Amino acid sequence: MRGENLLAPVTCTISLTVNGRPHVAEVEPRRLLVDFLREDLGLVGTHIGCEHGVCGTCTVLLNGASIRSCITLAVQADGAEISTVEGLARGAELHPLQDEFAAKQALQCGYCTPGMLMRAQEILAENPDPTPAQVRSALASNLCRCTGYQFITEAVLGAAARLRATKETTAS
Amino acid sequence: MKPPPFGYAAPASLAEAVGLLTEHAEAEARVLAGGQSLIPLMNFRLAKPGFLIDLRNVAGLSGIRQDGDVLVIGAMTRMAELERSPEVAVAAPLLAEAVGFVAHAPVRNSGTIGGSLAHADPLAELPAVALAYDAELVATGPAGSRRIPAAEFFRGPFSTDLAPDEILTEVRIPSWPGGHAFTEFSRIHANFAVVGVAALVELDGGRIRRAALAVSGVAPTAIRAAQAERVLAGAAADAVPAAEAADAAVAGRSPVGDLHASPQTRLDLARVYLRRAIELAVSRARNER
Repeated sequence: MRGENLLAPVTCTISLTVNGRPHVAEVEPRRLLVDFLREDLGLVGTHIGCEHGVCGTCTVLLNGASIRSCITLAVQADGAEISTVEGLARGAELHPLQDEFAAKQALQCGYCTPGMLMRAQEILAENPDPTPAQVRSALASNLCRCTGYQFITEAVLGAAARLRATKETTAS
Repeated sequence: MKPPPFGYAAPASLAEAVGLLTEHAEAEARVLAGGQSLIPLMNFRLAKPGFLIDLRNVAGLSGIRQDGDVLVIGAMTRMAELERSPEVAVAAPLLAEAVGFVAHAPVRNSGTIGGSLAHADPLAELPAVALAYDAELVATGPAGSRRIPAAEFFRGPFSTDLAPDEILTEVRIPSWPGGHAFTEFSRIHANFAVVGVAALVELDGGRIRRAALAVSGVAPTAIRAAQAERVLAGAAADAVPAAEAADAAVAGRSPVGDLHASPQTRLDLARVYLRRAIELAVSRARNER
């Protein structure tokens, strides 16, 4: 059985939506979601860090919930809606989170940034008005080895304020 | 850092899943729930199953319902759902509290209750919770279903009473009136714990009627601390012999040391976290009345 697999890898057909665009693809079951996004779809914004679910740089949203795409198989995302960092900006207009990360200098090497942005999106979707302590605690899921957490927290809080303001303007 | 090749199926029914498990037994088939423990192991090639049976399409394996006094949780219910569930908060608050200690939110969005229990990591939170509640774990195999008491389920590190052709489908948690507490020491929140304690206390007037204590980190699996429970039973709720109970819980235990903690450190930490769990559970039980 195992020998057969090695000689002729089985593939599965998956269909999923990535940043609003539908895709149908043939993948090996062992294809990690992060590799599917980067290698097969060319969406290299999502980074690979530790490859065992610890660092968070590969964080993407699956049906709106953050997941580690390095410990998720592409086949597990069959039928799902995936959001990656490439889906944040609208053309040349950055998402408020991205804008705030730039303005507050919330990145140094930038390696953790895609994961931070996606996790921050979920944090603000769950709680549009978090306290600094809540942001710090929720962002503990993602490692920044430049240790820029202070600026990252400020950027997320800044984006939260802007998103709330936009919402109020839209509502009124 | 990538899994070796394997065959894969995502069947729509439990019967098919059990059938596939039997059919691919020689390939050392494994069941895939959320994958948050199994896939890292496969990335490291510490686990090399030749076939994965993904339960994500199997109907009826996910959800939380009340069956009389028993809270029934489907094995594929995600940790994040447990965390947010008002039913779990009311009927099994110890579980709700313990889930908060499991990894980080993105892992809890995928990881499942059944996956954690069947994986049986000796330092995981949920096995200790299952033991404290005397939960029953429902397994389905070719011959049908059976209920396994938590006390008989955890056989050793990463080893359970599940037969190779059985799938864990449900967790049944009996109600426990009174106080609860989950305490844990880990170097950084969401790292693997060094020790963890699950405590339940029921009061009878000013006295402790019964207590259930489960401890991880002092033995090859999480264990019930029966001696300590006997120390607590009948004790006055305003003068709880928490230190005495904690000593009784670790008496005779000889955990293996590792780079995270020596055997002595584990025992000392277990005592401290036992004491805190007992005191918190009793104080919550007193405030509930």
